[in-house]
Amino acid sequence: MKRKIFDKLFKGFVILLTLLSVAPLLLILFMIVKNGITVINWSFFVKLPAPPGNAGGGVLNSIVGTFELIVLAVAFAIPPGILTGVYLSERRSRFSNVIRTIVNTLQGLPSIVVGIIAYLWVVRPLGGFSALSGGFALSLMMLPVVIKSTEETLKLIPYSLKEASFALGANYGRTLFKVILPSGMGGIISGVVIGISRIAGETAPLLFTAFGNPFLNVNPFKPVDALPLLIFNYAMSPYKSWHEIAWGASLVLVVFVLLLNFVAKMAGEKWKVRF
Amino acid sequence: MRGDRWLKVLLRASGAGTAPLALSILITLIFGSLPAIKKFGLHFLSSSVWNPVTDHFGLLPFLMGTILTSILALLLSFPFSMAISIFLGVYHPEGPLSKIISYLTDLLAGIPSVIYGFWGLVFLVPLMRKLELSLGIPPYGVGILTASIVLSIMIIPYTASLSREILKMVPSEIVEASYSLGATTTETILKVILPYAKSGILAGIFLSLGRAIGETMAVTMVIGNSNTLPSSLFAPGNTMASVIANEFTEATRSIHLSSLIYIALWLFVLTLLVNLAGNIIVTRMEVIGEKKNL
Amino acid sequence: MESKILKIVDLNAGYYNNHVLKNVSFDIHEKKITAIMGPSGCGKSTLIRCINRIHEMTEGAYVNGKILLRGKNIFDMEATDVRRKIGMVFQRPNPFPNMTIYDNVIAGYILTGVKLSRSEKDEIVEDSLRKAFLWDEVKDFLKKRGTFLSGGQQQRLCIARALAMKPEVLLLDEPTSALDPRATFMIEELLLELKKEITIVLVTHNMSQAARISDYTAFMYLGELVEFGPTNRVFTTPKNPKTEEYLTGKFG
Repeated sequence: MKRKIFDKLFKGFVILLTLLSVAPLLLILFMIVKNGITVINWSFFVKLPAPPGNAGGGVLNSIVGTFELIVLAVAFAIPPGILTGVYLSERRSRFSNVIRTIVNTLQGLPSIVVGIIAYLWVVRPLGGFSALSGGFALSLMMLPVVIKSTEETLKLIPYSLKEASFALGANYGRTLFKVILPSGMGGIISGVVIGISRIAGETAPLLFTAFGNPFLNVNPFKPVDALPLLIFNYAMSPYKSWHEIAWGASLVLVVFVLLLNFVAKMAGEKWKVRF
Repeated sequence: MRGDRWLKVLLRASGAGTAPLALSILITLIFGSLPAIKKFGLHFLSSSVWNPVTDHFGLLPFLMGTILTSILALLLSFPFSMAISIFLGVYHPEGPLSKIISYLTDLLAGIPSVIYGFWGLVFLVPLMRKLELSLGIPPYGVGILTASIVLSIMIIPYTASLSREILKMVPSEIVEASYSLGATTTETILKVILPYAKSGILAGIFLSLGRAIGETMAVTMVIGNSNTLPSSLFAPGNTMASVIANEFTEATRSIHLSSLIYIALWLFVLTLLVNLAGNIIVTRMEVIGEKKNL
Repeated sequence: MESKILKIVDLNAGYYNNHVLKNVSFDIHEKKITAIMGPSGCGKSTLIRCINRIHEMTEGAYVNGKILLRGKNIFDMEATDVRRKIGMVFQRPNPFPNMTIYDNVIAGYILTGVKLSRSEKDEIVEDSLRKAFLWDEVKDFLKKRGTFLSGGQQQRLCIARALAMKPEVLLLDEPTSALDPRATFMIEELLLELKKEITIVLVTHNMSQAARISDYTAFMYLGELVEFGPTNRVFTTPKNPKTEEYLTGKFG
């Protein structure tokens, strides 16, 4: 009898803690939606920020900047990421295990350290903060994600397919581009999209690279703003109107990130190839 | 065939390229810290003074801040993340309820850290201030404990999803064996499943710790940014990551900048060690798992 | 006098320290079905994987000796050319899941970068599928992916894919071991039809299959060729006691 009561109590305790841990999430989401929705209107997307104290204004500069940074990061990270993923999926040798450990290390690199690296490698030589350096920092954060998802996807492709291609007289290159990569397309694309969703909200690597910019800029050699940077700067400011803008930007950013996660799932399903 | 050889060289090169990449990151950090290393050496680790005006720099306040916040966050989140993984791994492995909970925890993982910081600033800091007033201590609101709470919420989904995977790996045979002997679900969880999964859970803890140590934005926004040794859990402080975020663009003197890079070097080493420990446990488990399958 | 399209001379092959094939020599007759039999692990798969030069793709694999295709050593030729002349069908059906049925048939051309005109493609697809007894079953789904096909249909698709390259020799590595009896019967019928045009080498562990359709039989044991001759002769009056033991079910 005692055992049964303990069994019930324990289960109740587990369920209670589970619900309790979901509570802050619901609270955060609720606050973002409640505070964000009131400031979001058309001009929020198409106007530049208003000076402090003045009402209105928008976040066009940081939306454009975020997209620019993502495009740059994707361009830097995808070619080496996919190639390395292909290489790691090919065979398991001592060398590839070393590479795998290094990729894990890169993934564990604190984002602020990535920021410093991008500062020392790109900002200093170029002589100033720039979108380019921000994109580079984000690509460093994205690279391990792309490598790992490519590797995991391609490992699942049966060896017999490769064999079939070779048996028809195909060389390695065509086997890779016509059989292996197309069969793994869904997984690779969803990996890339997940990588984007990870970097879209990153702030720390941008603090001393992209830096922020209250004006609209698309020149990769000039500083740009980004949604997370704007949220940080506005949240830390004492102005109430800026706090409101930060809530709006938070809503836009969260919706964007969730959308990306959704797209990643869909891509994985849609291009999923059955073997 | 010539093209093939080039392609293979290219693949190998890009794989191999990650090694010089990681190495040059380390070398860059070491080079950047050289002025600080020359001036302070290992004394840097034990000095608790951080004064940009007098050019005295020491790591201790930030090392303490990082260790305190991340350990505290781990302790706070552990019961919750274990509850989620038991809930999803044992009680409700399938079904709509488990879908909703796991979807929500995924959401929690997807929210950018700057938004956690903002939320902490707006919601948690006033709450802490009230608590501190009622306790009769200086009502900063911000501080080590506030940062730890935000951090703990952030790492719940991470630990939970890791340990849930681990619980799923427990073979159903031994679970059924436990039930067949008349054990209750709770007894099975506590005496069979958790002991079986303990090294996996340990790995999860290490990997979450690695995350907490490197987390920057949310902590920076609610920790209070004080460069002294924290006197209590309610006192403001700074972590290694947050002091870099705060001062890097303002560091005008080269020894200040170099000291910040020196901090980054130690941060890198610390996360590296913690992550390595986690990965070693994971790999060893995989090896054991493979052997069992044979 | 029949001509001998392939001459295997002193072939040795294996992986690392594992010597799988030991001094194997025999000839393969043109437009006949040659069955290679033996207990599992005897090296029969390795042997035909050498003929297609796919064996050497495996890590740690080595091969020496000669295989002459119409007098020319295949190990002196470009591996990809050898594979186009000597097609191969594997144990488990392996159509390319990312390609349509149509593209699967002409996959060999796509994968080797040969450009074909629309009408050439159509002709090859229809011709190959007809030869593989598959045309009537799939002609309405050519532009769909082949993954919904049954195992037997998939295996015939793989045969069509090999035939599309117009090979001189077709190698099959236990092509029916993953299939049900009906699908097996269909493939056997198909092979009997195909041997009018090309040479077939079939690895099988199924004695009755070898007896039913092959003209010549090679019997292998522990990496050595124990016996080779016309199927009729090998099955009725085996010269080697090992062959006899195997045929009477004493081992294997």
